Amino acid sequence: MLKTMAAILWKDLKIELRTKESMSAAFVFSVLVLVIFNFALDLDTAQARRLGAGFFWVAFAFGGTLALNRSFAIEKESGCTRALMLAPVDRSGIYTGKFLANVIFLVATQVLILPLFAVFFDVPVGNRLGTLLLVFVLGAVGFSSVGTLFSAIAANTRMRELMLPVLLLPVTIPVLLAAVETTSYALGVTDDASFWFKLLVVYDVVFVTVGHLVFEYVLEE
Amino acid sequence: MAMSGTKTGSAILALIALATMLAGLAMVGFYAPVEAEQGVVQKIFYFHVPLAWNGFIGFTLVFVFSFIFLVTRSRKWDIRAHAAAEVGVLFTTLVLVTGPIWAKPIWGIWWTWDARLTLTLVLWLIYVAYLMLRHYVDSPDKRATLSAVVGIVGFIDVPLVYFAIRWWRTQHPQPVIAGGEGSGLDPRMAATLWVCLAAFTALYLYLYRRRVMLEETRDEVDDLHRRFDERGHKTQGAA
Repeated sequence: MLKTMAAILWKDLKIELRTKESMSAAFVFSVLVLVIFNFALDLDTAQARRLGAGFFWVAFAFGGTLALNRSFAIEKESGCTRALMLAPVDRSGIYTGKFLANVIFLVATQVLILPLFAVFFDVPVGNRLGTLLLVFVLGAVGFSSVGTLFSAIAANTRMRELMLPVLLLPVTIPVLLAAVETTSYALGVTDDASFWFKLLVVYDVVFVTVGHLVFEYVLEE
Repeated sequence: MAMSGTKTGSAILALIALATMLAGLAMVGFYAPVEAEQGVVQKIFYFHVPLAWNGFIGFTLVFVFSFIFLVTRSRKWDIRAHAAAEVGVLFTTLVLVTGPIWAKPIWGIWWTWDARLTLTLVLWLIYVAYLMLRHYVDSPDKRATLSAVVGIVGFIDVPLVYFAIRWWRTQHPQPVIAGGEGSGLDPRMAATLWVCLAAFTALYLYLYRRRVMLEETRDEVDDLHRRFDERGHKTQGAA
């Protein structure tokens, strides 16, 4: 299983390093959302600081969906889904490899948006940077656990680009809420977010497990 | 064929639904007392609550049937999960419509992001997505498996959504739901609620059954078409 996982992860990272498709799409779209928020709401500095975490995660949720969509769209487009299905390997290894690759892409996207976010919203991102990075990883794991599964499901539908966000966003509402609250804490806006950290961890554990268990059903003809 | 048996079952369910619905309407109109503070508007509660309960039970059924489908791989359970979701979405839509009609005169607002309301809305969104997914997958086998996975994942998500929203809301004042379950409910109101609950449960079951039968009839028609085509090819080949 570990070998399968490493092979898939390595393959996805290599593709991304060569094409830079997923991350550039996610990055550009997220930045666009941030800019549009600024135009639509015209916030003053205090408001921007207080609400910044929310904007950051909304932008990321929309942008991240694009990256997750690519995860199985590339397999489908190049006819590799069948090859993955035929491969005599453990299906959960395929899931884990894809899942980890997505976590890496999502965290990298967040790290790329962060400086722009700090500039646009004038938030002190450096105060609890370690906590903030932890929130990024926990949030990305939550999104990616369900996202990888749903990306594989959406790849089988006629309206792939539409289906993934429609399926993913309602189910990831707990991650979104918890990520916003923990980010607010990391930015020094709120003082206590221990419940939200726990919720993030619980969500991650539950859905990584569920993803493992049900992925084999998604990848079958 | 088992068809005649299911038809009788449906007819009985339809009769029960009709009788209890009429009785419920009469009780709502003439038997249950008008609530002292809220007035006539409170009566929407007799429709709202039974719809909500049945809607939630419907989504639980989707989970159970999806699970059984993944284990047995029988089309029967896929049809049942689909029917339960469709009627569940219909009922939840009515919950989301009747709620604001009551809330506007009582709370002064159509909508508030209170835990129960938000959870109902999120549930609605999850199962609308479930039905959309079913619509956008062409192969029947794939549709069954993929939607079963979503039916399971969506249901497991519900408690997490609930806790997240509840914790998020405790930071804000919550409207008090007057006449809530149990506490201090007038016995005549309680009796009316029970009759209405029976009526909507029978209605749910009736619609669910009809939906299952419709899908089975569709399968049968498809099967007949296929057999007809096969025979056509054979006679052509012979000629």
